Amino acid sequence: MKDNPRHIYTVSQLTQDIKLILENTFEQVWVEGEVSNFKADAKGHFYFSLKDEGAVLPAAMFRQANKEVRFKIEDGLKAICFGRIDVYPPHGKYKLNIGKIEPKGIGSQQLAFEQLKKKLFQEGLFDPAHKRELPLMPFSVGIVTSASGAAVRDILQILKKGAACVDVLIRSVRVQGEFAAREVADGIAELNQFKNVDLIIVSRGGGSSEELMPFNEEAVARAVYNSAIPVISAVGHQINITLADMVADVFVETPSAAAKIIVDKKNSLLAELDGLKHQLAFAASAVIGRLNNTLVALRHMLKSPQDRLLERQQFLNRLNLDLSNNIRHYLNIVRERSAALIERLDALSPLAVLSRGYSLSMRLPEGEIIKDASQIKAGDKVSTTLSKGSFVSEVQQINKDQARPDQGGQ
Amino acid sequence: MKEKQSFEEEMKRLHNIVEELSGGKLNLGESLKKYEEGVKLAQSCAATLNEAQRKVELLMKKGDKFVLEKFEDNPGEGKE
Repeated sequence: MKDNPRHIYTVSQLTQDIKLILENTFEQVWVEGEVSNFKADAKGHFYFSLKDEGAVLPAAMFRQANKEVRFKIEDGLKAICFGRIDVYPPHGKYKLNIGKIEPKGIGSQQLAFEQLKKKLFQEGLFDPAHKRELPLMPFSVGIVTSASGAAVRDILQILKKGAACVDVLIRSVRVQGEFAAREVADGIAELNQFKNVDLIIVSRGGGSSEELMPFNEEAVARAVYNSAIPVISAVGHQINITLADMVADVFVETPSAAAKIIVDKKNSLLAELDGLKHQLAFAASAVIGRLNNTLVALRHMLKSPQDRLLERQQFLNRLNLDLSNNIRHYLNIVRERSAALIERLDALSPLAVLSRGYSLSMRLPEGEIIKDASQIKAGDKVSTTLSKGSFVSEVQQINKDQARPDQGGQ
Repeated sequence: MKEKQSFEEEMKRLHNIVEELSGGKLNLGESLKKYEEGVKLAQSCAATLNEAQRKVELLMKKGDKFVLEKFEDNPGEGKE
């Protein structure tokens, strides 16, 4: 424009104008973005950028403001920031000077809790491998809680009824307020120093989730972790599990439940002892039974030679009996057979034949028995034997044709 | 502490005895001895558990020293 004279700024003047415009326009501004390039300098001031898809905004949060922040600001955090725009003329740059920062979508307390949880997890405080086993039977229990609270009464009552053998040592602490975490942590450490404690119960009565805060603090979590004595945490809720719960060796929801663990241990030990007594009796009677069996077997073996002798004797008797029976039988047979033979001999005896009227003739003088008429001739002398006596006669006539073999001796 | 340790030791010993006795490798004299010892241990352990004398104390720290104070048990049950 020719009729308008040129107005020429110095760099400083222009920058000053920009500074005024920007700083007046954006004196109180809320900005949402993602944290990147986070840095904390030696003095404790924070420097980072807020960015989104289209732009980057340099930001600073000075120590005075950032010491109130409970959670850790880190790259990637989606945050809503409140502050003002500052322009720094010597660098020709502007930035957001942040007074407040909130994580987006999550409360700052919650974020702080999540961040601490993550840190402790990475350090291994929740590692199941680190969990200590509860003693077989804790005869001395330390309780870290408020001595005037309901928790201690509940625990004492249940132990009195169910496990009166358990001594109780109460380390009274505040379980609410800003000193609670420190006192609880110290209480756990002191019970460890005191030593004569088998088990520690960290407990508190019921309450809102705000009252759980001390049990979500790092000091308590570390004290539980560092305890050489096993710890039962009884501070949580069904919904809100505290960091103390997560580090503890066992966690339960109520003080009563913690005490019941001890009562249950006692009762199951008593049952186990009953069982062991039965096993002892059973095993002992099994030993005696086994020995008894051996004794019976041995006695049997001792009696055996006599038995064997008897058996042999009986066998011998039987043989004897058999033998005499057999002999008798044989003799009978022989006797019968010889009788038959005698009968037959009788029948065959020439004397028997003679008694039936037959006679026996022999030619004299030879004495040759005459069976055939041709053996003799007229004039021969013949001796004839009868059944009774004999006589000598002289042959007068021969009749050969009448010869019959069975009448030859006539 | 001593009580607890000896209790755990007695329980362990009792388990060992039951195992030995059930193993059936002992002679009669040994068996009866083990049986007797086992029964005694079981009774002693049960007696320890059934004991009804307990202490309830408050642990305080005075300076560097621990102090024990009797704790009034169950104020709500004062009639006892």
